[in-house]
Amino acid sequence: MADDKKVPHPTISRRAILAGGVAMSASLFLPKGLRAQDFPTDQVNTTGLAVTDDTVQVGILHSITGTMAISETGSVQAEKLAIEQINAQGGVLGRKIETIQEDGASDWPTFAEKARKLLVNDKVASVMGCWTSASRKAVLPVFEQNNGFLYYPTFYEGLEESPNVIYTGQEATQQIIAGLDWVAREKGAKSFYLLGSDYIWPRTSNKIARKHIEDKLGGSVVGEEYYPLGHTQFNSVINKIRLKKPDVIYAIVVGGSNVAFYKQLKAAGIDMTEESPLLLTISVTEDEIRGIGGENIEGAYACMKYFQSIENENNQEFVAAFKDAYGDDMVIGDVTQAAYLGPWLWKAAVEAAGSFDVDKVREASPGIELTSAPEGYVKIHKNHHLWSKTRVGHAKADGQYEVVFETDDLVEPNPFPEGYQ
Amino acid sequence: MTRSSLFRRDEAAGLAILALILFVVFPLMLDDFRLNLFGKYLTYAFVAIGLVLCWGAGGILSLGQGVFFGLGGYCMAMFLKLEASTPEATAIQSTPGIPDFMDWNQITALPLWWEPFHNFGFTLLAILAVPALFAFVIGFAMFRRRVGGVYFAIITQAIAAIATILIIGQQGYTGGVNGITDLRTLLGWDIRPDSAKVALYFVNAVLIFVCLFVAMAIRKSKFGRVLVAMRDAEDRVRFSGYDVASFKIFVFCVGAMMASIGGAMFTLQVGFMSPTIVGIVPSIEMVIFCAVGGRHSLLGAVYGALLVNWAKTTFSESFPELWLFGLGALFIAVVMAFPNGLAGLFDDYVKPRLAWPGRGRRARADNPQPAE
Repeated sequence: MADDKKVPHPTISRRAILAGGVAMSASLFLPKGLRAQDFPTDQVNTTGLAVTDDTVQVGILHSITGTMAISETGSVQAEKLAIEQINAQGGVLGRKIETIQEDGASDWPTFAEKARKLLVNDKVASVMGCWTSASRKAVLPVFEQNNGFLYYPTFYEGLEESPNVIYTGQEATQQIIAGLDWVAREKGAKSFYLLGSDYIWPRTSNKIARKHIEDKLGGSVVGEEYYPLGHTQFNSVINKIRLKKPDVIYAIVVGGSNVAFYKQLKAAGIDMTEESPLLLTISVTEDEIRGIGGENIEGAYACMKYFQSIENENNQEFVAAFKDAYGDDMVIGDVTQAAYLGPWLWKAAVEAAGSFDVDKVREASPGIELTSAPEGYVKIHKNHHLWSKTRVGHAKADGQYEVVFETDDLVEPNPFPEGYQ
Repeated sequence: MTRSSLFRRDEAAGLAILALILFVVFPLMLDDFRLNLFGKYLTYAFVAIGLVLCWGAGGILSLGQGVFFGLGGYCMAMFLKLEASTPEATAIQSTPGIPDFMDWNQITALPLWWEPFHNFGFTLLAILAVPALFAFVIGFAMFRRRVGGVYFAIITQAIAAIATILIIGQQGYTGGVNGITDLRTLLGWDIRPDSAKVALYFVNAVLIFVCLFVAMAIRKSKFGRVLVAMRDAEDRVRFSGYDVASFKIFVFCVGAMMASIGGAMFTLQVGFMSPTIVGIVPSIEMVIFCAVGGRHSLLGAVYGALLVNWAKTTFSESFPELWLFGLGALFIAVVMAFPNGLAGLFDDYVKPRLAWPGRGRRARADNPQPAE
């Protein structure tokens, strides 16, 4: 699996830096070019972090080998791009960011080991990293014990609110509720068939979806099924779907299983462009479509906070810089964009705090806003998640989504939703 | 082999050197962080010692030792999780007082088979008894039917795959892919700070020696002789009137118990348990520790586990994008060039230069080239 995708060399062209740098500096609320001498090291770093007069060290902790490498590579690229752009603008409090990258190797104990190494040995000021919930759960005690600070990019199941983590992806309700409302309102959907891969995120998400469908929308759930990760035989569930004739298939299938699932749906004669049933997913980003094939998923709807096709200036510059750095054939999915926010949010929080100390950065974080985010304006909630919009995209044959709906306002993050437990 | 003392002098010297390294050299030379890592590596050495008995001495190649490692780890993790899941600590849940992952999976009461794990004594007993029992069932089913060699290896591998799928599938009871996480205290003693990890390191080191003594005693006994005979000519042993299957079942159970002790210590050292350590890949890695150390040498197994894991950490820190290739090359090189691992290297090149009393009699007679 590790070799499925070539890892591009993480160098970033000058043009990308300039393009990104100009875009960011134009929109960031802090003045460009804070000077390091205005912030003496002994004042901005009182806890012995790896901060010198001209540099600050930040960790990147993702799987770049093993089964998760294919998913996490985009996040690594986005984080490195953001850091390069920040450095091109003069760094954080006048200090250049140096990255220390570690490989979690798709293995949760390894994640814990490397997190300890970054915090205890390298004394990094913050860490951008983790992707699966399992890896986050593995490193969480390490971050809490050593008072580290983690920026976690993936949309996830919620039910967590650590003082040592900023969650830059959506928690479950942010991704689910607006999409279900939309499909009920616009498409008149009444009956839903829920299915997903068998682990905590799809199960928790479907639990929330079922409550919302039954209690708020007055609809019905006609089936709910789970399959092991890596499962590739979906014929039986496809037959059941044809029998039950739901209005909506609500799919939270992850990883390699997606390829089999969508191909088999198509082979079984379920043409998603006809929308009977309509397919709504929260687990397929542009990255996954590369594996599935655009023609196999054309017509499906996805509910995310970010699509590569979002039309705004921030995003156009971000997409251009990303392609410039890593190649024209790159696609950018929801998590990649969320990963890109991590370094920028950290920079903003550090500069608001005037300090690299984790306690001060944590204190300064709630309320930090980013007007320059590719997804548009975001803000950190006091529960350490982001206020973000929810969007619905319509999959096209070329592997991109067309945005057909976005919420008017930012959706409040609610990791412990009352009434949905 | 008529010597009456427990250890030959070269064995005693080997043990003394290992003790020196584990109890003096490492604690003095390594900082807390690195020492903790070696504590983790040591937990794998338990599995490797068990494998030397099963594979090196008995010729039983198990590619499913991760299952036993996992059983021990999960038993310990269940106890620690229950201790961490007090009603006060879990007040935010729908059902306070049960482990958090159960609450996420809409389970509203602690399953009955979790209840005994409130008791530490029971947990310790389970860490030894559960894998032994499981190994007995597997061994009974296989060895009584004279399933051996490659077929046995394949079946143990299948068991490792089944165990992973089972754990992931039953996430309400096992924590699923995430595993059992956020373990805090052992009988009120916080296992998370560095000082606790250092203490655990020494517990590990002591337990390693206990296991080494047990394993050496087994090898030295008449039982050990029969084991080697069985490995090299099973039919002859059977025709001589020995019950081959019982011998195999016994040694397989011992190997499983040692793996399980390692698993329990792993949970304490790392602070969580997850199905990634139970599956096929880690099980094969465990065999590699044993192969690198030398499958006929108990001490070699300990060095093999330490060396391979140390190399894994070091390579991956220095070359995050290439380390797997480096490690793969190391394994190939070891197997091609030194089929008897580090211990073989030592026997062939170092030992002849040292004036061991009684040299020459030992290894050749003890460990003729196995025939599997």
